Parts: sequence; structure tokens; C-alpha cells
Amino acid sequence: MFTAGQYIRAKSLEEAYSLHKKGTCILGGMQWLKMGQGFYSKVIDLSDLNLSGITDEGDSYLVGAMTPLREMEESRELSSLTSGAMKEALRHIVGVQFRNLATLGGTVAGKYGFSDVLTMLLVLDSTVVLYPDEELPLANYLEEPLGNRIVTGVRIRKENLSCRYASMRNTETDLPTLTCAMAKGDGGIRLAIGARPQIAKILTFPEGVSSDEMTGTALSSLSFSSNLRGSEDYRRHLAKVLIRRCWESMEGGEQ
Amino acid sequence: MSDTGTRVVEKSYRKKDWEAIVTGAPLYTQDLEPENCLVVKLLRCPYPNAIIEDIDTTAAMKVPGMEAVFTWHDVDQNMRRFTEAGQTYPEASPYDRLILDQHMRHVGDVAAIVAGKNEKCVDRAMKLIKVTYRQLEPVLDYTKALDNKVIIHPEDNWEGRDFANGDAKRNLCAHEESENGDVEAELSSCDIVIEKTCHTKAVQQAFMEPFCTWSIIDMYGRLLIVSSTQIVFHARRNVANALGIPVSKVRVIKPRIGGGFGAKQTSVSEMYPAFVTWKTKKPAKIVYTRRECQIASSPRHEMQVRVRLGAMKDGTIRAIDMYTLSNTGAYGEHGPTTVGLSGHKSIPLYHTKAFRFQADVVYTNEMSAGAYRGYGAPQGIFALENCVNELAHRLHRDPIDLRLQNTAKEGEIMPAYFGQKNTSSGLDRCIEKVREMSDWEHRYPCVKVNDHTVRSLGMAIAMQGSAIAGIDVGGATIKLEEGGFYTLLLGSADMGTGSDTTMAQIASEVLECPLDSICVNSGDTDTSPYDSGSYASSTAYITGRAVLAAAKEMRQRIIRRGAELIKSEESFCDFDGSKVSDGKQEVSLFDIVASTTGGNSDSFVVNASSSSAISPPPYMAGVAEAETDLETGKMKVVNYYAAVDCGTPLNPAIARVQTEGGLLQAIGMALTENVTYDRKGQVLENSFLQYKIPARPDIGQIHVAFASSYEDSGPFGAKSIGEVVIDTPGPAICDAVHNATGLTFTELPITAEQVAMGLLKK
Amino acid sequence: MNVSITVNGTVIKEEIEPDLLLIDFLRSHGMKSVKRGCDTSNCGACTVWLDEKPVLSCGILAARCDGRSVTTLEGVRDRAREFGAFLADEAAEQCGYCSPGLIMTTIALLSENPDPTPEETKEYLANNLCRCSGYEGQMRGIQRYIAWKKEQGGKA
Repeated sequence: MFTAGQYIRAKSLEEAYSLHKKGTCILGGMQWLKMGQGFYSKVIDLSDLNLSGITDEGDSYLVGAMTPLREMEESRELSSLTSGAMKEALRHIVGVQFRNLATLGGTVAGKYGFSDVLTMLLVLDSTVVLYPDEELPLANYLEEPLGNRIVTGVRIRKENLSCRYASMRNTETDLPTLTCAMAKGDGGIRLAIGARPQIAKILTFPEGVSSDEMTGTALSSLSFSSNLRGSEDYRRHLAKVLIRRCWESMEGGEQ
Repeated sequence: MSDTGTRVVEKSYRKKDWEAIVTGAPLYTQDLEPENCLVVKLLRCPYPNAIIEDIDTTAAMKVPGMEAVFTWHDVDQNMRRFTEAGQTYPEASPYDRLILDQHMRHVGDVAAIVAGKNEKCVDRAMKLIKVTYRQLEPVLDYTKALDNKVIIHPEDNWEGRDFANGDAKRNLCAHEESENGDVEAELSSCDIVIEKTCHTKAVQQAFMEPFCTWSIIDMYGRLLIVSSTQIVFHARRNVANALGIPVSKVRVIKPRIGGGFGAKQTSVSEMYPAFVTWKTKKPAKIVYTRRECQIASSPRHEMQVRVRLGAMKDGTIRAIDMYTLSNTGAYGEHGPTTVGLSGHKSIPLYHTKAFRFQADVVYTNEMSAGAYRGYGAPQGIFALENCVNELAHRLHRDPIDLRLQNTAKEGEIMPAYFGQKNTSSGLDRCIEKVREMSDWEHRYPCVKVNDHTVRSLGMAIAMQGSAIAGIDVGGATIKLEEGGFYTLLLGSADMGTGSDTTMAQIASEVLECPLDSICVNSGDTDTSPYDSGSYASSTAYITGRAVLAAAKEMRQRIIRRGAELIKSEESFCDFDGSKVSDGKQEVSLFDIVASTTGGNSDSFVVNASSSSAISPPPYMAGVAEAETDLETGKMKVVNYYAAVDCGTPLNPAIARVQTEGGLLQAIGMALTENVTYDRKGQVLENSFLQYKIPARPDIGQIHVAFASSYEDSGPFGAKSIGEVVIDTPGPAICDAVHNATGLTFTELPITAEQVAMGLLKK
Repeated sequence: MNVSITVNGTVIKEEIEPDLLLIDFLRSHGMKSVKRGCDTSNCGACTVWLDEKPVLSCGILAARCDGRSVTTLEGVRDRAREFGAFLADEAAEQCGYCSPGLIMTTIALLSENPDPTPEETKEYLANNLCRCSGYEGQMRGIQRYIAWKKEQGGKA
């Protein structure tokens, strides 16, 4: 468990941002944070800033940073946008009580390598909304340091999509050994592979690409390595299996 | 009343504590702690083998709220060492510990005991203790420990029992040999010899309530320890030895326990608050973090078991030769005794002409092992049953038929089981039962589900004991109480096993009273009759025998007093639970009790102790149905079929749930519970995030049936159940995986990666 | 800092440390049903309801609960006894350490979904580890409770 000098429930994003200096921490759901032993002079809570919930903005959904993962999992809108893949990506994450606390913002700001959520969001047309005013495509956001900016939400553009999500886990609610998300939408097929164990990365392919071509590109362009949950070779093997399964299911039109 | 009566016994009563439990009443050690306890934490060594050169606590003690930091300087390094193992004196486990030792022998060994008024100050102080370690070369490969140049216990005050045959200078904690017949001659005359070396790891009991203890000085100046323990009496001795104080100064009480499974048959946490309280005379408590439970506790002994199994072409098993190498870790808790079960609770399953069992137990610089359900039997049964399954494959025999052909039958003498007679066995019926339950004829060896999924079956059989023959003591005291109820005092520990209830059922059966009229009070060294404790599958059998004897004696005393009151002959009278009558006159229990509380010189407190020269084995057969994804390698046990002979199940609901629970622990051990040490001697699976015990979605269905025998020496025919249930899944799942994939495994856990990568290489 | 947290209907106002976890706040106020079994959010023994939703009390700061409502098993004892009797019929409460968390999560499940399938039940209760029972007896207890509730004509 971390130690905190002060707990502050921010009254505005401006206040949170001004407090968010080195040695302080913005609280997401704090599920992963609490497993560390860090010391923070201030922990800053965004609970009062109306950042929880999924808003339909017409051409997109804005998912607030403080939205619990469980709410995203239960969201009919996100489920229908992703052909059910969002739910599949979330339902294995530890358990209901955990997902009632863990937040989207915490996951996005944490940039966890094992994140199912990031793998899933990468194949959607999603942008990370930051304070102060900035909005970055998720893939770009993941590549650059967050600094003291604050994640306030993720905007997911509505589009005509067919989506699949698959993960391999040693137990049903373990961290994944490998994650795989696939989406066919405007302009081709997007594939994200995560928990390699490094953070998910996205690859894009033209429509009509074969499973073998995708696999070949994924294996040659992405790095894989070993940890407790699996070796590099096993992960490479799993990538082949999961990509093919997602592709076959998508092409075969199974639900 | 007759011995076969089953008015209360063999009925599924709710556990006596159910209502308190489900309404969240404060029942557990931490719920009962006194206010203002000092918080005790342990500074743990980060190296596997090191000498503390210097330890500076000055800065730590300046933290406001700090009470004390104790280091090896506070413990006479030449005092008599002790063991934390909960065993009957003289313990087989060597005396090889000091509370605080200058020599650190594993990552997590205790360098300092830190006590302060709250967690925050203790945490701060821990960071301020400066320790200078001189690192020594560690022994982290147990196959190279024996006669290694690095000696883990070089100290002169290491003390082993002669009968354990240990030699610390060789890193040898214990050695054992036993045999019957000429194994080599038999093996050479066999048509086929299966040889395998199998490996199982130091898996964790993973009870839900972490180790925790608190202590105070009571009004008589004695050290009162309240702890989550299975062994109040042994803990009392262990603490007295550790502190170098008389046993009379120590009292140990156990409240409800949040699971033990053997872990709490070792005094893992008791010493530390006890030491602090004894030194400071202040209340003190310790609660282990889950990380501590994973890295510095009392897991299963890692074992490598080599088996040579000789058989004839017709499937007759002729000889079994077994050598077990056991890794006891840095200290010897349960080392000399667990290893014996790998042979003595596997080999006797089969009728053979000859057997040989040899074993070495070695020290390493890994965490000390302890007692975990099954004790050494799962390790030996995994190896032996793997061989029998392979024999079936090699001979193209059905593994069920092959078992039935070779099992030791009721009435047989079992040479590998200390020459004991097989007094009661439902093993063959268990085997037939699982054949039927699993639809074996249609589903063995495998059924394809889709292009990449297979469902397959595998089976195994098992035995255990019922208490330690000639050693374990069960104790029961029954008091007749005013108004006509009874208090049943026990020294055994109900750790969720329901033994308080099953023991009350035995008493209630004999005394023909409602179950509610038996009030149980257990687990207090001052008030309980001596009992070895709840381990070694002992409580139902050995404590049950004591309860039965005490209840019979109490019944007789009531009849005697009743006869006096109605001026009749004792032999003409009987007791129906509420009155004594000779057919003409009667006197109520109420009046009988009244006669004992005034003007009475006869005691209506009955004590009984029980020990048994035999340890009748419970038996079991299990069939695993695994679903294997041939591409990812992921396996799930979709069905587990189990048939158990525990003699009479005293409370069938409890016996059933015990079975289901033990099976799932073993399924975890078989598939997902891994233990990995890095090169620095650290356990990597140090939390529930990394150490994956099965969660609900990980298991399909567990099906349990009873194929009971009747054990004459047990209470109402009962034998044990607690441990035998953990023995079959390892080898059964191993063979199911083989039947799905053609791959042969000799190590647990069998991981998804191993299966997938094994299939790729095929 | 000062907080005001409603626990089982009673408002508790107190000065607390900024990093105090809800579990420790609750236990210090006598809610001993709330158990700690791990430090990594896996075991679920500490489950309570925060504004009616099941959460891990070891995974949220007490400070964050300021102004909110928390329910522990102590606050729903009658319901716990009613359901717990079905667990007890299977002896599936066993050591009992995980029971409060399991009961809190099960009641939460049944208020979200009064008639869950066994698979839905297992998935919803995935965050409640039990090492004694092998889950099977608990599943029987839950299913029998649901069936009994249906017979009673009431919502589960």
C-alpha cells in the first residue's frame, strides 16, 4: 500500500492540474496503485469533477476518466459498437468488485502492459482527452510521456464496426498472457496485440488481408518477451492462434 | 443405544457455528485482539544465505511511537534451538531455529522484530534499520544440496533426533530406508519395468486468513497467546522452547481459524508477539501480509520421487522401488516425517511381492517447508500413479481394470504400511463407482469437441491414514451440567472442518440428547484435555474415539446414579437421554443432575484419551475430465468424479464439502499453482496476483460419492477424510492431459505453455 | 482530515489519516465481518457495498467515501442469515473467513439479476476466493436459495 501525505478532493480540473507536481499522484480506481509502496505528498481525487459516465455525443461516445470498468462492461452502447468485444475484454479483469473500483482513467494513465482495456481501445477510433486542452489519438498518447497532464476521458468515435477480442490467461481472471483485439471498420482492419508483456500496439491492414499476412506482420514488427506468465516463444505462438481465431470469427460472422 | 445407531451420526447437521459465521460475528484472532496492542512486524533478510555483520537500530528507535527493535543480540546464540513444527514430543523435526539468528538462511528469514504503537511508526522504523550483511553462497538446487560444500546449518547447537538419521554437516535433515522382500530380484524377473522421476513443488496452502497471533500477560503473570493455530498444545511447547521459559508460563487459545490445511500445524507467527510481550509485558500482535504468507511460511515439501514399478505382461504388479528426495528448505519443520508418506501412503495401495523405499531430506536456502494436507502422500502418489497409468498404456490395458487387478484387498497385511492389516477397504468399490459416474466406457480416453478442443479422462487412486499410529492422542472431556446439558471440551481444532460439530454428533448419539444439548468448547491449553491437535487426518478418528469413550462413560455414570436414586440395580436400568428407568420406576435427567450439584462426592466430569496402534487408511478413486485447447494449451477440469471411502461419514454434508475442497486445491496444484525461485533465491509467486489458486470460473463441476467401508476401530465406523481427498487429481489430470495430447508430464503444475509448446514440438 | 461516512445507516464523523483504507476504517468501528485476505484485490473477503455496489474495501480510501454510504454484513444480518442457512445446509461456509465477502457479493448479484445461471453466478463471484469448499457446495447453496426465493414468490 502507498503512503500519502495529504488527500485532496479537487474542486476543478484546474486545481487538480496545479497540484499535480512531482511526488503527487492522481487517483484513478487505485487498484494497481495500492499494490505499490510509493510515497506521495498528495493524492488527488477527481471524484467530484463529473468525470464518471458514458456520454453520447452524437458521432462519438465520451467515456469519463472516472468511469468504472464495470460500467463500460455493462454499457449497451459500447457493446453494440464493438459487437460485444468490449464486454469480453473487460469481464476477465479480476472480478466485479475490482471492476466497480478500477477506472478507465487509471488504466489509460497507468499505460499498463497487461491492459485488456488499452488493447481493446486501440482498435477503436479513440482519442485520449487531456487537461489542459488536448486530445490525442490513443496510439500517439501511449508513445509519449503523460507529464503532469490529466486524463479526463476517452472519446470513441462511432463507426460501422465488426470487432473481436480474445485473450489467453492461465486462469480465467488472471492477468493476460496475451491480448488480441481486431476491428474491421472504415478503411480496413485494425489489429492490436498486448501483454507481450509490453503495452499493446496497433497494426493496420487493408481490407481483404489474410490471417496469415496479419500474423506475419505482427510477429515481425512487434516485440515479444518472457515473464512469469509465458515465454517469448509461447507468446509468439499465442499471437498466431488468437489472430487467426479473431479473424476467422469475424470473417465467419459468428457473434 | 448401539454402535451402529445413526440417530444423529451420519446425518447432515449444520455446523454449530454456522449462524455466527454467516452473520459476520467477531470470531477470529484479529477480531478479538485487545486494544492498544503493540504492532509487531518482521524485518526480513533479502538474501538467501548471509551473516548479519552489523545491525544498527538507533535511527529506527527514534521514530515516535516505537517500543522496541529486537535483533540477534537479544537472543543467546548458544541457547538450545527449537522447532516450529507442531508434533508430539519428542518431535521428529530437528531443533534448528533461534527466534533471532545471526545467520540468515533464506530470503525472508527474520533479521529483526520491530514493535511500535501503530503500523505507521513500525513501517517507518523498519526502513531506518541499517543491516550489514555478509552474503554467503546459497544452495538453491535441492538436488545438489547433499554433501554440498556450503553447509546450511554449520552451528554446533543443531539438534536432530537419532531416529531421523539427519546429519547437518551433510545438509541432511533426515534419511529413511525400509523394504520388504527382494526388490531387485523381483524387478529383474518382471516382464516390464516402468521407471519415472517425478517432481512436485512447494505449493502453498493459501488459507484465506493470514497467519496472525496476539499475546498478553494475564492476571497470573503468564503469557496468554491467542492464535490462528491447529495445534494449541504443541504451540505452547514451541513458544516455551523458543523463549527459553517454562511451559507452565504459557497458555495458548485458538478461536475460529480461517483455514489451515496444515500451514497452521507449524508455529509460524506465534513466537514474535510472544517474544515482544514477554520482554515488554505489553500486549502485542502480528498479522502476516499475504506476501509473507507466500515467502516465509510452511508450504508443501518439494519432492523428487523416482519410481521403478515392475509388472508382468498380464498386468500383475510385482515390485515397487521408490526413492524420494525432499527439500525441507532452510529449516527442518516436518522434514523427517512428510517424506515417509510419499512411500508409505502410496506403495501399500498395491499388492506387491516386494518393495523398497528410501528417502533423503535435504536443507537448502529456500523457505522452510511444513505440513500441507496430504503431507507427503500427494507427492508419492503422483509419481506412483503416473507409473501405473503408463503401465496401462504400455500394456494396452484399461487403467481401471488394471487397478482392480492389483489393489491391496481388505484383510491383507500391508508390508509397506508398517505391516498393518488392511482392516477396512472400499477402494475397489470406489474405483467401480467412478467408472460409472464418469461414463468411463464411453468417454475414455478422449472425445473431440471441435477442431482444437478435446475432452479426455484420466484416473488415479489414493490412500491416507487416520491419525499417526501409536503417537497421536485424542482427548475429550464431558461435563454434565445443571439443567441437563453437556459441555464437551476438546483439544482438537475445528478449522472449518466442522469437527466441533461432528464430535458433538458422536456425543449426542451416545447420550441420546439433542445436538444442541452438547456445548463444545475447544482449543485452550488451560481448559482442554490434551489432544495432539488437528492434523494427520486425526480428529474424526482419534478424537472421535475419545469422545465416544467419554460419552459412553458419562452415560454409564448417569445410569448408575439414576439406579441409586430409584433404588434399582444398574444392570436393570437404561437411559433414553431424558430419564433413567428400570421399566417400573424412573428418574429424570434433571433430577439426576440436581443430585450431583448438592451433597455429592462423585464427579460427573468424564475424561477420555485415545490412541490407536493402527491408522486405518481411507481410500479414494478419482477421475478427471479435462478440456484441453490444443492450440493455446489451456486446460480446464470440466468434471471431477470422486468416490471416497472414509468409513462412515459422520456428517455427510461436511464430508462431501471437505472432499470437494481438497480436490480443488489439488486441481490448482496440478494446473496453475506454480512456485518459481529466481537466481537470488526469491519466490516470484509472492501474492494472489501471481500465485493462482482456482477462482470459481476455473472449475467445472466436482461430483462426489461415498463408497464407505465400516472401520471397526473408528467411532461409528469412521475413518478420516481431510487429506485423502487431495491425492488423486495430480496423476489423474496428468493422464487426462496425456490422453488429450499424447504428451507425458512428470512435473506439476502442467502449464498451458508446456502443453502448447509440447504439441508444437511433436 | 475529517470525513462523514454513513455506515449501515449510521453517520460516522471522524478525523482520519489521508491514506487510511476503508477496510481499516470499518474494522476500527467494529465492523469485524470485513476481512483482509490479501493485498492485491484478489480474494474479495473485504467486500462491502459502496452506495449499493459491491466493492473491495481494501481497495478504496476511506477519504474517498466521504459523504457516501457503506453497507457491511453487519447491516444486512437478517438477509445474511436467510441466505447463509442455505450455505450452512451444504456445510459450505466451512472456515467462514470468506463468508462475509461471499454473502455480500451474492446478495448484490441477486439484486442485479434475481435469476442468474450457474455460469453467470460463477463469473459474478469470481472475485471471492474460497480455499475450503472447492466452490461446489457454495454453488449448491446459492442455487437452492434462488429456487427457494422463487418458491416464496418474492424476488431473490
